[in-house]
Amino acid sequence: MEPKPKRKKWKLSSILLLLLFIIISIFALFPLVAITLGSLKPSTEILRYGLNLKLQPDLLSFKNYSFIFTGDTDYFTWYKNSIIITVCSTLLCLLLTSMVGYGLAVYQFKLKNLIFGLVLIVMMIPVEIIMLPLYKLTMSLGLMDTLIGAFLPFVVAPIPIFFFRQYASGLPRDLLDAARVDGCTEVGIYFRVMMPLMAPAFSSMAILQALGSWNNFLWPLIVLRSSENLTLPIGLSTLLTPYGNNYDVLIAGSVMAIFPVLILYIFFQRYFIEGMTAGGVKG
Amino acid sequence: MDDQVQAKKKRKNNLLYSQKAAPYFFVLPFILSFVLFFAYPVVTTFIMSFQEVLPGKTSFIGLANYQELWNPTFLKAIRNSSVYTFFTLLILIPLPLVLAVFLNSKLMFAKNVFRSATFVPALTSVVVAGIIFRLIFGGQEEALLNSMLAPFGIEPRAWLNNASTSMFVLVVLATWKWMGINILYFLAGLQNIPKELYESAEVDGASTWRKFFHITMPLLKPISIYVFTISIYGGFSMFAESYMLYGSNRSPNNIGLTIVGYLYQKGIEQNNLGFGSAVGITLLVITLIITLIQLKFFGMFKKEEQ
Repeated sequence: MEPKPKRKKWKLSSILLLLLFIIISIFALFPLVAITLGSLKPSTEILRYGLNLKLQPDLLSFKNYSFIFTGDTDYFTWYKNSIIITVCSTLLCLLLTSMVGYGLAVYQFKLKNLIFGLVLIVMMIPVEIIMLPLYKLTMSLGLMDTLIGAFLPFVVAPIPIFFFRQYASGLPRDLLDAARVDGCTEVGIYFRVMMPLMAPAFSSMAILQALGSWNNFLWPLIVLRSSENLTLPIGLSTLLTPYGNNYDVLIAGSVMAIFPVLILYIFFQRYFIEGMTAGGVKG
Repeated sequence: MDDQVQAKKKRKNNLLYSQKAAPYFFVLPFILSFVLFFAYPVVTTFIMSFQEVLPGKTSFIGLANYQELWNPTFLKAIRNSSVYTFFTLLILIPLPLVLAVFLNSKLMFAKNVFRSATFVPALTSVVVAGIIFRLIFGGQEEALLNSMLAPFGIEPRAWLNNASTSMFVLVVLATWKWMGINILYFLAGLQNIPKELYESAEVDGASTWRKFFHITMPLLKPISIYVFTISIYGGFSMFAESYMLYGSNRSPNNIGLTIVGYLYQKGIEQNNLGFGSAVGITLLVITLIITLIQLKFFGMFKKEEQ
């Protein structure tokens, strides 16, 4: 007789938990559903009534999307700029920060602790504080309103260094010695032997950096000025006017900005989760 | 034989094979970036905060920038940022912690599905999130939230035009965007707790509550401190959320103005780099004080450097 009531209790609390998480998932997903639905409605409708879940089949169409493709907008220029910045900054960031992390993990040298301390300091000071002097510096370097200026100052980011250092300290040392005996240069050892072994760390950090770069706001907002140089988030933000005259591009364009990220997320979920929680690994 | 020794010697002397030079080559990118894009700006902003920076003419004005900081607008910005940080901490630590415990429990079905679903908002940019929330919380009668509240007899309102409701929208947006990722942090922390601890507690007849307060909570302390830290930093440096909800850095009566918003307004929009730097230094001091308090209470650095 004993196990029976226990099982009943088990079922009830499972169902309650399930309900709770269904509600939370709805909370998480429905804003995205709402904007996707909104992107299929005429922009005048959105301006007049805001975003809602009303389904009026006669109003739904792909007109907003076809306007993005055929109309007179800079949308795809922004898209292209965002892709260029994301790809360049991610590749450069991975190359450089993995080198630094590896150097800090594998070698014993005088300044090692000092440099690692500096990495931690960069990590602990909010970047917003140095926006103004960086803005001045970017001006004097002649990088204002350029794509390079929009990502260069933050390419050697502290979190990936931290992460790569941790990963590299777990690499097998005997491979290092074997490669040295074989006559490999120190840099050669890194690129030919050790770097391939760090592939999992590369995929997590690639996602962290690429997503950060794709969604980055404050710094590109400061550096980029002319419409043909804007990134997607900055470009979209310029469309948000009280008159709502650009809402067609704004809403459909927002959906198209999330779309590639969602698709990648579906395929590489594990790396997204690893990459985006990387900072907490050490806790 | 002799040749080989010679070759080896040559190799030893060659920079490419030197184990002394190699680490400096590897860390060089960081040193360059640190000096140019971190140390130099930090020093410059500190100096500029005592200056009036005009094109072609810069002069030291002592503490004048800091004296000028004592004005209602900046105090409002500090207040907004602090209130926002307070509420995000109040919600975004306990709630994800409890949800992670639930998600980790044996009673839960389809864990991965829910974990993935709650994480999706973290993928969207603040810009897109801001656009969506601005429209959901629109003042129109038919806008999503107003139309959802109408059946309960609640009058439609312009959520973004009032100080307390606009703060509410900002906190809801933060909850939406960061809940999933904080759940993941706590899940990672939970998975590091050895199962044997719970098993032996069960043998001793400990209740679910006792297990939660005596095993789960203490062992989640390190990850909680981490989430606490990043939430404080994120809270005090919030800017884009407010910028997007109002479509620009301007909000009615500055109800959405944050510290970084004020820095942006003074430094970039009004091109007053000296005064803007003083705002930045104030933000630095606030974050340093919080870090020091943390250092004292939690000893975070000891953990970090292990």
